[in-house]
Amino acid sequence: MSEAPLLEIENLHVRFNGERTVHAINGLNLRLQEGEMLGLLGESGSGKSVTLKTLLRLLPPKRAEIDGTIRVNGTDIMTLSGARLSAYRGGDVSMVFQEPALALDPVYTIGDQIAETVMRHKSVGRAEAREVALDMLTRVRIPSPERRLKNYPHEMSGGMRQRAMIALALACRPKLLLADEPTTALDATVQIQILLLLRELQREFGMSIIFVTHDIGVAVEISDRVAVMYAGNVVESGSTRDIIKDARHPYTRGLLAANLHGVDRGTRLDAIAGSPPSLETKPDVCSFAPRCTEAQPQCLRALPPFFAPSPGRQVACNLEEGHSPASNGLTAAPAIA
Amino acid sequence: MPLPGRAAAPGIITVEKNAEPMLIYLLRRLLYIVPVAIGVSIICFLLVHIAPGDPLTSIMAVDATQEEQAAMRAAYGLDKPLPVQYGIWIGKAVTGDLGESIATGRPVVGEVFNAVRNSLLLAVAASFVAFPVGLILGFLAGYFRDTVVDKAITAVAITGVSLPNYWLGIVLVIVFSVTLGWLPAMGAGPGSSGGSADWAWDWAHIRHLVLPAITLSVVPIGIVARTVRALVGEIFSMDFVQALYAKGLNQGAVLRHVVRNAAPTALSVMGIQLGYLLGGSILIETVFNWPGSGFLLSNAIFQRDLPLLQGTILVLALFFIFANLIVDVAQAAIDPRIKRS
Repeated sequence: MSEAPLLEIENLHVRFNGERTVHAINGLNLRLQEGEMLGLLGESGSGKSVTLKTLLRLLPPKRAEIDGTIRVNGTDIMTLSGARLSAYRGGDVSMVFQEPALALDPVYTIGDQIAETVMRHKSVGRAEAREVALDMLTRVRIPSPERRLKNYPHEMSGGMRQRAMIALALACRPKLLLADEPTTALDATVQIQILLLLRELQREFGMSIIFVTHDIGVAVEISDRVAVMYAGNVVESGSTRDIIKDARHPYTRGLLAANLHGVDRGTRLDAIAGSPPSLETKPDVCSFAPRCTEAQPQCLRALPPFFAPSPGRQVACNLEEGHSPASNGLTAAPAIA
Repeated sequence: MPLPGRAAAPGIITVEKNAEPMLIYLLRRLLYIVPVAIGVSIICFLLVHIAPGDPLTSIMAVDATQEEQAAMRAAYGLDKPLPVQYGIWIGKAVTGDLGESIATGRPVVGEVFNAVRNSLLLAVAASFVAFPVGLILGFLAGYFRDTVVDKAITAVAITGVSLPNYWLGIVLVIVFSVTLGWLPAMGAGPGSSGGSADWAWDWAHIRHLVLPAITLSVVPIGIVARTVRALVGEIFSMDFVQALYAKGLNQGAVLRHVVRNAAPTALSVMGIQLGYLLGGSILIETVFNWPGSGFLLSNAIFQRDLPLLQGTILVLALFFIFANLIVDVAQAAIDPRIKRS
């Protein structure tokens, strides 16, 4: 933990103002080392996608109120604007979207879309940018890449489009790739191919990836480390191994139990009872307590602090009391202070 | 070892793909015109015959005998069965002969083309006002959606669409012609008051165009602005726009993508509006005494001038078909999803 992390999110709060207020992110802390693959896990509305969009400053400035610091490579990205923001987006950090059919411009060819990005960031000519595009399509293993350069998104299959999207995102060699449920819209067999591809490319390019998913199976398959989000904050994080072997937070345990593997036919699925909170008010007690079978009186009095049951692990649950509090700058559980 | 047959197969496909999909599309669209044109000509012909009233009453002497009436009918070919009449009419029409006007005795082709030319002039002038204004207003409203700008533009657009434009024409005449005396109220140029005067590109003629063109542009401004607003708003809310920002494009580059995405639909709306404008507005042309096709049509209807009516409708319908063709082809040229699917 001595070297400076690539990404450092400190005490991030995101609130959407509108017809109804939503406290989407509540005091999030996250760190990512260079070359690390982090699986960001959580159900819909837990704040995964909002976290990614905040990282790229894609949230509508009028509606979203953002508080906290985000540093990428030491630069506070909340201060970026204009040309520096454009250079950061797609240059240092880029994103693969959930639905490639919607995230690619339908009236431009794949080649043009990739070349456009390259020309923006690398100040090269058109011909050279197209060379890069061709090279990228080859690297994401699209068959007959020369022909695909001239294809429009609607002329490709779903898996092919996602490969093209990945090629686009990686064309400028970002240090950090944000993958927002990149396999959710794809067939199961294609999902695995895309996961393997991402893993290979990560090794090849040495970049870091935040892989957002609601599928704990996928998160476990691909990540070095997993962070579980609930109600706009990370409730548990640790190495993938530790999380599978010894999940601490009742929510993580619930997610693991709800997985279909090894469930006998006819038995009731072990779903977590209840539904996530609406987040119209800022949580000041444990958000999971109403659904938690092991909730204690103190869970409804204040936000649980972070505990570190073992090195590199964080659990925001009162059941961990007795373990030392988390010490590497991630202690921020603001309601307690 | 690769099989020769296998090696040849992709080659054949490539040849087909390279054979200019745009050209094939154009030829196919041209072929489609034939059945449409035939259908249109039949409808033109029949519609006029369904309408009540005898075309010959207006030129027949009041005291004409039965024999004289029959002779007159035979002279105009109106005694033959309808399919035969249609056959004769269409047979002549393809050679460019639409018969003579019953009322004036002049060839229909000349009358129609004069009128269409005048309407075209008016339509193009109105488009020059309406399309840029409509596009700009629509784009601004879509870009500043749900803001004061959007609401103001929407109010203007809805007023434009709902206002009876002949009323607006009369108001403009009262203000600019009668009260201020800046612009003429009637006709298409000096020495013409409803006749087919020769057009010239000088101020003496152009000033006649100003008021009718502005009046005629109000509805298309509203329609284009409303359509483009919805279109641009929709495109801005699509995922790919966010993805464009995410890959580091600045505002200008993103706008270029949005415009390119909006272009095919905006173009087709403008094409249809141009088609309507070409048909001439009977009311506007009447208010301003503009010798266009709408004006001609209304005269032909009131005089039961059968050949003139049929000829005018046919020519206008063909114009409409061609306007649509041009729009379709232009749309296919910008939107890759059309010609290949």
